[in-house]
Amino acid sequence: MAINYIYPVYEVVRNASRCVNCKICEKQCANGVHKFDAKNGIMIADESKCVNCHRCVATCPTRALKIVKSDNTYRENANWSAESMKEIYKQAESGGVLLSSMGNPQPLPVYWDKIVINAAQVTNPSVDPLREPMETTVFLGSKPDEIVRDKDGKIVDNMTSQLKLSTPIMFSAMSYGSISYNAHASLAKAAEKLGIFYNTGEGGLHEDFYRYGKNTIVQVASGRFGVYKDYLEAGACIEIKVGQGAKPGIGGHLPGTKIVGDISKTRMIPVGSDAISPAPHHDIYSIEDLRQLVYSLKEATGYKKPIAVKVGAVHNVSAVASGIARSGADIIVIDGFRGGTGATPTRIRDNVGIPIELALASVDKRLRDEGIRGNVSLVVGGSIRNSADVIKAIALGADACYIATAALMAMGCHLCRSCHLGKCNWGIATQVPELVQRLDPEEGCDRLVNLVNAWTHEIKEMMGGMGINSIEALKGNRLMLRGVGLNEKELEILGIKHAGE
Amino acid sequence: MLKIDCKDKHFSEIGKTIRESKDKEIVIDNCLGHRYIASGVGGKDIVINGTPGNALGSYLDGCKIVVNGSAQDAVGDTMNDGIIIIHGNSGDATGYAMRGGKIFIKGDAGYRAGIHMKAYKDKFPVLVIGGKAGSFLGEYQAGGIILVLGVNTDSKTNVGYFTGNGMHGGKIILRSDELPDLPPQIISRKANAEDLQEIEKYVQEYCSYFGGEPKDIMEKSFYVLTADSANPYKQLYTSL
Ligand code: SF4
Ligand code: SF4
Repeated sequence: MAINYIYPVYEVVRNASRCVNCKICEKQCANGVHKFDAKNGIMIADESKCVNCHRCVATCPTRALKIVKSDNTYRENANWSAESMKEIYKQAESGGVLLSSMGNPQPLPVYWDKIVINAAQVTNPSVDPLREPMETTVFLGSKPDEIVRDKDGKIVDNMTSQLKLSTPIMFSAMSYGSISYNAHASLAKAAEKLGIFYNTGEGGLHEDFYRYGKNTIVQVASGRFGVYKDYLEAGACIEIKVGQGAKPGIGGHLPGTKIVGDISKTRMIPVGSDAISPAPHHDIYSIEDLRQLVYSLKEATGYKKPIAVKVGAVHNVSAVASGIARSGADIIVIDGFRGGTGATPTRIRDNVGIPIELALASVDKRLRDEGIRGNVSLVVGGSIRNSADVIKAIALGADACYIATAALMAMGCHLCRSCHLGKCNWGIATQVPELVQRLDPEEGCDRLVNLVNAWTHEIKEMMGGMGINSIEALKGNRLMLRGVGLNEKELEILGIKHAGE
Repeated sequence: MLKIDCKDKHFSEIGKTIRESKDKEIVIDNCLGHRYIASGVGGKDIVINGTPGNALGSYLDGCKIVVNGSAQDAVGDTMNDGIIIIHGNSGDATGYAMRGGKIFIKGDAGYRAGIHMKAYKDKFPVLVIGGKAGSFLGEYQAGGIILVLGVNTDSKTNVGYFTGNGMHGGKIILRSDELPDLPPQIISRKANAEDLQEIEKYVQEYCSYFGGEPKDIMEKSFYVLTADSANPYKQLYTSL
C-alpha cells in the first residue's frame, strides 16, 4: 500500500565521471544496493536498501561514492519528526515492536561534555609522562578493611583475588553470536597484548579462545548459555549480568536463525532454537538471592576469581549498588543508558535508564557514605568515547571503564546501527562467512591495541597535567573536575563545583 | 570415605573440604541449611543427611548426590551432568537452567521447577517430581524432560498456575486426569505408546530410589505438553 512507502533516508551519490565500473561496491555491499546495469553500461544503486555503513564509500578505488542524507522532506513539524512518522507507518504495517541496535542516538545530554579537567599551574608542578614514571595499573576486586597480623606480628595475606589491568580500560561484554568469531578473536588477542580483559558476553566461550582465559571475563546471564564448569574455570573473573544500559529491565533474545554452527556449540543449545534470556534471573528476586548466585559461583571456582555484577544505570542504581556491595560481589559494573547493543527494542533503548555520569557519581558517593566503597571496585561503561571520558569517570569515582562501541569502531564499525539485521559489511555484527572474513583478527587486534595505547598515553598526559603520577590518586578526586553550564542540582549529584568556583 | 559433620561449620569450610578431598565417597551429616554443597563438583558420591541449603549441586559436573531429607531452593542450578536424588521435597527453581543430568525428587517441588531447562547434543536433562509442582513449572523450557508424577497428592492437576509459560522446547509430562490451564503456545496430548515407554523408564528409576510399584504409577493417564515453536517471538519485531 502506498502509505507503507517510506522514502529512503540516504541517497547514494555516484560521480559518473569517476566511476570505472569496477563493481567493487556491488561485491562489498551485503545489502544489495549496487548493481551493474549491463544495458546502459553503468552502475546503479537502490538506496532503499542502504543502511549507510560506508563500506562502499571506503572501498571504492576512485572515490566515486558518497552517501548523503536525503533532502526529501515531509511538511516540517517540530513535534512529529520524520523519524516518528516513519515509526508509526512501520508499526501500523507490521504490528511489531520496533527493533534497533547500538546505543541511544537521541540528543540527550552528554555530561562528559559539560565537565572540564583541571591542570596544575605555578603552585604545584605538572609531571611530564615522557620523562617520569606514570602508574596506570589498577587492581579490581574487593579490598580488605584492615591489616591482620599473626601472633608474631607478621602481616597475614588477607587479599582476595584481584584483576590486574595495565590501564583502566577493558572491552565490555559482546557475545559470540551478536558479533563474529573474528571480532572476538581480535578482542581476545588485543586484551592479552594489552594486559587488560575482554568479556565473553552471555553466549559462552568458543573453544578456540579458552587459551586467552587469563585475559577473559566470562559472563553468566539469566539464560546461562554455555555456562558450565570449564567455562567458569576458564576466565579470570566471572560477571553476573543482571542488566545492560541499552535495555535495562528486559532480557535478550537471539533468534533461532542466528543459532547456527559454532554459535549453537558455544551456547550449548540446538541449532535453530531461540536463545532466550529471561528479563530477570529467576533465581534472583532480592539481594539475598544475588548473594546466593555470587557465592555459588565462588564455591564452584574455589574463591579464585573475583565476581562482578553488571547492572544498567536506572533511577535507584545507588541503592541497588549498595546491595550488590553487600552481596559478596567484588566488582560492580554500571552500564549507562547510551550503552550499545546488538539488538534492542527501540523504545527501551531510547527511553529507559539514566546517564552513566550521574549514576556513577551517585553510586560512588552512596558507597562512600555507607563506608563500603572498599568492598567493591566500580567499573563503568555506556558510551565512554575517548580518554578524557575515562579520566572524568575515574575522577568521579570509577576504578576502570568498559568500552565496546569504541572498540567496534577501532575494528571498522561505522555506526550504521543495523547490527540487528545480521549483515554487517565490516564483518563484525554478522555470522555470514564471506562478511566475517573481511575482518582480519590480526589487524583488528593491532587497531585495538593502538587505540588503547593511544588513550593510555593521553591519560598519562592529562594526569601529568594535573600533577598526578598515579591513577589511584585520581580516583574519586572530584576536585579535578568542574562543570560548565550545569545547574545546581546536576552539580550536586555529580559532586563537582562549577567552573570558576 | 570422608565424613563431614556440618555442626557449627560454615558452608565455605564444607565446600573447601569437598573440593580438596581425594575421597570419592563423602557423607555429610547434620546438614542444616548449609548452602552451595558440591557447587561445580564432579566425580564424587555424596550422601547428605539433613537439609542442605540453597544451590545444592549448582553447576554440578557429574556427581551422585543423595539427600536423606529435603532440599531448599535452586537445586542443580545450571547443572551439566550427574544425578541428585532427594528423599523429600525440594524448594523453588529446582533445576534452573539445567543442561544435563537428572534430578529425582520423592515429594514436591516449589515454584519455577525446571525453568529454562535446555538440552544439547548428548546432554539431556531429566527432572522427575514425585509429588506436585508449584506454579511456573517449566517456564522458558528449551529442552529436556520434566515429569510430574503426583504420587500421594490430592491435587487435580499436580501443578500450580502458568505451567509452560514461554516454553519453546523439551517436554513436560503430567500424570493426571485433568490438564491445567495452559498458555496458547503449548500443545497437549495424551501420552502414546512411545511416550509411555519413555515414561516407564523414569518411573522405574524413581521407584528404584524411593520404593513403590512402577505399574501402580503407570496405571493412571499421562499428558504430554510440548511447545508449538522453537521460535516463540519470531513475529514480535519490526526492524528500523
Ligand atoms: S566501487 Fe566505485 S568505481 Fe567501482 S563500480 Fe562502485 S562506484 Fe564505481
Ligand atoms: S557493527 Fe556493523 S552493523 Fe553494527 S553498527 Fe557497526 S558497522 Fe553497523
